[in-house]
Amino acid sequence: MDVAGTENQPLKESWAVQVRILGALLVREMLTRYGRHNIGFLWLFIEPMIFTLGVTALWTAAKSVHGSDLPIVAFALTGYSSVLLWRNMPGRCIGALWANLGLMYHRNIKVLDIYAARILLEFGGATISFAMLSVLFIAIGWLEPPEDILKVAGGWLLLAWLGGAAATYLGALSHESELVEKLWHPFSYLLFPLSGAAFLVDALPPTAQFYALFIPTVHGTEIVREGYFGTRARAHYDLGYIIPFCMILSALALVQVRKLSRRVVPE
Amino acid sequence: MIRLRDIRKVYETRHGSKLVLDGINFDLTMGERLGVLGQNGAGKSTLIRLISGAEHPTSGAVERNISVSWPLAFGGAFQVFLTGIDNIRFISRIYNQEFEMNLAFVEEFAELGAYLKEPVRTYSSGMRARLAFAISMIIEFDCFLIDEISAVGDERFHDRCNYELFEKRADRAMIIVSHDAAYIRDHCTRWGVLHATKLELYDDFEDAYADFKELIRWKPPPGWPNVEVPTA
Repeated sequence: MDVAGTENQPLKESWAVQVRILGALLVREMLTRYGRHNIGFLWLFIEPMIFTLGVTALWTAAKSVHGSDLPIVAFALTGYSSVLLWRNMPGRCIGALWANLGLMYHRNIKVLDIYAARILLEFGGATISFAMLSVLFIAIGWLEPPEDILKVAGGWLLLAWLGGAAATYLGALSHESELVEKLWHPFSYLLFPLSGAAFLVDALPPTAQFYALFIPTVHGTEIVREGYFGTRARAHYDLGYIIPFCMILSALALVQVRKLSRRVVPE
Repeated sequence: MIRLRDIRKVYETRHGSKLVLDGINFDLTMGERLGVLGQNGAGKSTLIRLISGAEHPTSGAVERNISVSWPLAFGGAFQVFLTGIDNIRFISRIYNQEFEMNLAFVEEFAELGAYLKEPVRTYSSGMRARLAFAISMIIEFDCFLIDEISAVGDERFHDRCNYELFEKRADRAMIIVSHDAAYIRDHCTRWGVLHATKLELYDDFEDAYADFKELIRWKPPPGWPNVEVPTA
């Protein structure tokens, strides 16, 4: 029988266990967060949709200057959806282990699973929200269909990787230092206007462009916009910067999770 | 078989390192039930967590080639915002078990009736204990870890727990920690006393209990009970 404590099992079985555990954690997480009242788990993507619609409306009303001839709706949708994607993952993973410490008694559940479940959930919510709003805006004619949907997906996945790695790293750090939670909020707010959501790199003066491209989120957002608008967006990004950045961050995150797993004390 | 070798556990605290367990060695085979006596804070629960694998020793090794339960009486990691049924479903998924069968067992055993459909946070401590115990029984572990099970619930519940554990599962290995000496005497086959980071093992309960009493004896102030209370 497949009970706890099955160590040294073949890879195929491990994979099956992994999928089962993540599935169970996802359902548990969704039920805990959204319950079965009113629209239940639909909040998963309704909430980000409301955010994005609100920001789109505000930016449209304010005739936000973004330095290109792109329609403001398109600009807001791609920009703010990207922000939700990378910003919510760390927000949900910080302190996540404290809320789930009891689960450490089930030996099939690892610290990383707790973070992975929350990251997947945020990814799902942000992606469904982005996709549904895109379809809606395209259907009513506010938005042209994306020129290169694969590039949109590529940029989106890159942002998700960045957000997921940051979430895992900060989540694991936050278990042992309250500073992480305290500093993440101001940091994420300050990063928002710098993240590439509210400007096109191309519209910046050359010196600013140079510095903007040090901010990792800028690259992902630029790729998403290039996929959406093609040459009209004149995107600036460097895969040679953002991919190594994500790899190093992921490695740091996994090291931190490993250290934490050895030290964690269940309630 | 469960084998503990040279277990040492140190917690880093604000006041420096605290040695909780040191040089713990023992083997436990199927059918054996080890009862561990110890004061509050002696490290009983830490020992249980190390054996369960939820926590790792600072040095030494815990070898298990049988499946080990989570500490019974502990909620099996209840999510208190979820209903009893959702918690059963979660545990069933984690351990790859059939949910319907488990639900039927818990309904029968925990006697919670319609409360199973309510969030666990609305349960009393006795109701939580019933649910926790019933959920622990749906997974057939080879070794059960029992941490102060006699602390909660009414007599009927105790009797049913004892029947499930010591009659129906008499062939399993168990480790029971408690300050309730009578409980440990009645249900164990081997005994241990945990004191000042060391675990002393005994084959006879009376020897263990005598040493335990001596170790934890309250030493009254000189002249007690005729001590003059100082007046201001």
